[in-house]
Amino acid sequence: MTAEEFVSQAVEVWARPEAPAAREQTGFFTDTTLCIGCKACEVACKQWNQLPGDGFTWTGNSYDNTVALSATTWRHVAFVEQMDGQNHAPRWLMMSDVCKHCAQAPCEEACPTGSLIYNEFGNVYVQQDICNGCAYCVAACPFGVLDRNHEDGKAHKCTLCYDRQKDGMTPACAKACPTQSIQFGTVSELRERARRRVEELHARGETDAYLYGNEPAGEYSELNSFFLLKDKPGVYNLPEAPRRPSAHLKPNYAASFAAAIGLAIVSALCFGKRGR
Amino acid sequence: MPGLGTALGRGAATTFQEDLQNSDCILIMGSNMAEAHPVGFRFPMKARERGAQLIHVDPHFTRTSAMCQTYVPIRAGSDIAFLGGLVRYVLTNDRWFREYVLAYTNAATIINEGYQDAEDLDGLFAGYDPEKKSYDKKGNSWQYEGEEQPHKSQGPEEVQTQAYSKRLASLENPIPPSDPELKHPRCVMNILRRHFERYTPEMVAETCGCSREEFLKVAELLCANSGRERTTSIVYAVGWTQHSVGVQMIRCATILQLLLGNIGRPGGGIMAMRGHASIQGSTDVPTLYDLLPGYIPQPAAVRHHGTLGDFFEQEEVKHGYWSNLPKFMISLLKAWYGDAATNENEWGYCWLPRLDGNYSHLPTFVRMEEGKVRGLFLFGQNPAAGAPNAKLHRAAMKKLDWLVVRDWFEIESACYWYKGPEGTDPKTIPTEVFFMPAAALPEKDGTLTNTQRLLQWHDRAVDPPEDCRSDLWFMYDLGKRLKQLYAGSQRKCDQGLLNLTWDYGYDKPNVLPDGRLSRIGDEPDAEKVLKEINGYTVADRIPVQAFADLKADGSTACGCWIYTGVYPKEGYNRSRERKRTPGVYTSPNWGFSWPHNRRMMYNRASADPEGRPWSERKKYVWWDEAQKKWTGVDVPDFEPDKAPSYRPPEGSKGMASISGDSPFIMKPDGKGWLFAPAGVKDGPLPTHYEPIESPVTNPLYGQQQNPTIKTFDVALNPKSAPLDPEYPVAATTFRLTEHYLSGPMSRFNSWLNELQPEMFIELSPELAEERGIEHGGWMVAWNARAAIEARAMVTRRVRPLKVDGRMMHQIAIPFHWGFAGETVGAVANDLTSVLTDPNVSMHEAKAFVCNVRPGRIEELRRNAPLIPAPWPTYRVAPGAPESAQPEGQQK
Repeated sequence: MTAEEFVSQAVEVWARPEAPAAREQTGFFTDTTLCIGCKACEVACKQWNQLPGDGFTWTGNSYDNTVALSATTWRHVAFVEQMDGQNHAPRWLMMSDVCKHCAQAPCEEACPTGSLIYNEFGNVYVQQDICNGCAYCVAACPFGVLDRNHEDGKAHKCTLCYDRQKDGMTPACAKACPTQSIQFGTVSELRERARRRVEELHARGETDAYLYGNEPAGEYSELNSFFLLKDKPGVYNLPEAPRRPSAHLKPNYAASFAAAIGLAIVSALCFGKRGR
Repeated sequence: MPGLGTALGRGAATTFQEDLQNSDCILIMGSNMAEAHPVGFRFPMKARERGAQLIHVDPHFTRTSAMCQTYVPIRAGSDIAFLGGLVRYVLTNDRWFREYVLAYTNAATIINEGYQDAEDLDGLFAGYDPEKKSYDKKGNSWQYEGEEQPHKSQGPEEVQTQAYSKRLASLENPIPPSDPELKHPRCVMNILRRHFERYTPEMVAETCGCSREEFLKVAELLCANSGRERTTSIVYAVGWTQHSVGVQMIRCATILQLLLGNIGRPGGGIMAMRGHASIQGSTDVPTLYDLLPGYIPQPAAVRHHGTLGDFFEQEEVKHGYWSNLPKFMISLLKAWYGDAATNENEWGYCWLPRLDGNYSHLPTFVRMEEGKVRGLFLFGQNPAAGAPNAKLHRAAMKKLDWLVVRDWFEIESACYWYKGPEGTDPKTIPTEVFFMPAAALPEKDGTLTNTQRLLQWHDRAVDPPEDCRSDLWFMYDLGKRLKQLYAGSQRKCDQGLLNLTWDYGYDKPNVLPDGRLSRIGDEPDAEKVLKEINGYTVADRIPVQAFADLKADGSTACGCWIYTGVYPKEGYNRSRERKRTPGVYTSPNWGFSWPHNRRMMYNRASADPEGRPWSERKKYVWWDEAQKKWTGVDVPDFEPDKAPSYRPPEGSKGMASISGDSPFIMKPDGKGWLFAPAGVKDGPLPTHYEPIESPVTNPLYGQQQNPTIKTFDVALNPKSAPLDPEYPVAATTFRLTEHYLSGPMSRFNSWLNELQPEMFIELSPELAEERGIEHGGWMVAWNARAAIEARAMVTRRVRPLKVDGRMMHQIAIPFHWGFAGETVGAVANDLTSVLTDPNVSMHEAKAFVCNVRPGRIEELRRNAPLIPAPWPTYRVAPGAPESAQPEGQQK
């Protein structure tokens, strides 16, 4: 082996392959008015991604027995029984929840290792070989999407079926949904479709229908996986105004800085007096 | 399925699921479609998005109800009162489709003078024999005027089968006396009016427990969405069939749809959702004891069926399509017995087994419990948990000498001999149980015939693991071994077996889709079986194209005449086709739909008597005057070149006797039967009877329950009398999306189990408070047959109903659990009872009574659940590259 060869091989180890070219952003539009609560999305997700069952606990909380999104449940169907007939006819709301793939994701901002990235489809993705299990992302996500698995200690969440997308396939949950409650596509197209859907529902008299996460709200960015809801976000266990920790960085740092200075002065005064 | 067959001609869904998207209104009743058929439910959802009204009428509020704009709760088993009320509403408010009804139904036909209605006899019809509990003495009193009682041997009730010929009923005069003015007091329309006169909205409310306004809203929606421009469809499933009056519930829906002019039209019809994959297939190529393939009756020893000539004489239907019976029957015998079937030996007719009693499922298990059955094969069936009165079924199976269970997992019916709620001691059970592992769907070739008569082929993707084998392999091998065992026998009774054609082995190498040779060398070629079912000409073994090609001279062979056309030429399997036709929602090149790839049956009715579409919006099949033929988006269910103006000459037979404006070509008079002069054994018109176990007295008639039910009064099958104060709570069973039937395919899968991990019972907060039952706590439901425990799901989705002037409680029980599998729970079917309705030997699992209390059953031995399956990704997929390993989960 010549010296040049040795050098080039040694350097190659550190060379990065070129990042895949950015593609048009993709996401989900989940229309809860079409959800029949069949949970095919949950099963399709677990089957494709080979996620384990989370144990057999009957909750008695309507038909929801998987309770929440977790490291091993990346789609979760919420059931809300509103059978009292107050304000509206008796109804049973169903919603398939998933990672929101935020346009400006707190988890990605919080990740210290660079494991959490935006992939070429603009989806928020956890690179398992880089994740060190620090769980900053778990604390950062205002939706409770990210979770650390106790078996491998790493953070897991919906990949938006990155592997399927790379092969030009629809994510498993959207593919399995029998009623097109879960729609997959480019974000720009989905937003347009969702806007028309809301107009259609309003024209039909269903004026309580609205989009959640379709546009930026307050300190939070728009969501690339967004929802059409029929009741307040809280009813579906979604935050009314999600918080983005990084938006609070400056004031929080300033506050702690101020507090530190204040405390320093106070203690200086105290000790200074005593010393005298 | 005589509910549909008697009125319309064929016992199958009149339409197809895709067509539901064209409905303007869909009434879902006796079906929990969103939960039990979630994939098909996309079409009602599409209809809703196009502006259709969806209505769900059901004892409890399900995921289906949640999707419908209108939900009406009713008491389990009161469906005929509700439907009868709808029929009355349509008639009294003059909302029926006059031109359709007069042209296409027997509304104007005059009935014999001897006819007496349930209104005259307080719930009975003319001719009831209380000793035999049947309408043996009816003679010709239910018949069309002028029709004599056919001089044919009737034999005992149990061998008068679901066969076409019995349901269609033969007529001597295919153009019976009628009164188009509808003035004659004995014309069907006036009998119908009198029969349903008392089914007023108030009576419906009192009987069903819904409010008068809720009922009227449904009635108005149906009427407003029917007629020339609009159509309504009705969807039902086992919530109608599993009743002692199930057939009559379906009959009543048929009457309603005929009156509203909704049969045979896009967005109309009656969609019968089947309870199980390929149940339609298992009645077409039947697993039923009383039928040969294609609804040909099984010959009976107790009827005058001695020779083939006798058989044809008895089963003959002179008018309409069924007049071709000899062609179908002789072709079937030729397919089964091959060269051994000759004209001299009546094509082997003497080798067919003869019926001498009722060998349907329930009577067989009752006999088994009496120790009269020695052996049993179970293919994909789980009676130990899934059959009505499962406790009786378990007890019966403990009396067997041997039992063969073929399934994927060790299901309840394979382990009942050492576990179960009774605390079984294996030492006391003499049965030798053989558990044979079965191949799963992707591991074998074959077809499924779905709810809309659609045959869809599935190709084997991989070989089944280890010793798992397909059912076809098992049957074929068993047949070969039996033939070997009896080889050389001269006994007459063995000749049928020995002469059976049994040659389905592969001619070509048996190759898997990936190009490798299959590990299972002796797997038979499923396409060969399909080819035999399709039929072929005997001389050259070339497949026949259509059942019109079949002959009665032994020159054609055909395993099931209604499936003819599925394999029209060598190497062309239409059930394998998956072609979408852009813009054509009937998708004629997706699978094969019997008969003759027709998607919608009776579609001649989508055009008016002159052959023009009823409206532009609802056009489907019409007469093209220029080309002199029927045309449209589907295969016409009519002779393709018979003009609407055709009138049968005097004395015509067969299809020639069906006029050009009679869409129901299977019926001898070509009409839809509002009134059924024959074909149903418990009355020519549907009548509200209470379930055999009911918390109320029949509000309409002195006759409490269906007078023709057969009950089985054995120790393990006690029943409580009507209004038994011990059991005041009405109960029904239902399905969840997450599980399948009694669980053999779902309770061994942790992905499904985690979604619905435990047995529960749904009850109203009112009942829970009355009994001190807490939501999420344990409760016991018990009745005369058994007690089960479950978690209490207290929910407002179940409502107490006001029935007969008082509050009545109802509970809903999912029937998916048993004592085998990853999750275990009480067997809901231990509470249900064994009885048979007179038409199809059906039980009544959808309406019974029980009582409830908080707490548990201490003496019940708890069966420890199996540990959940491990995280699959811990096992690296062997032989697969890293990139193909599950996403992001490698260790």
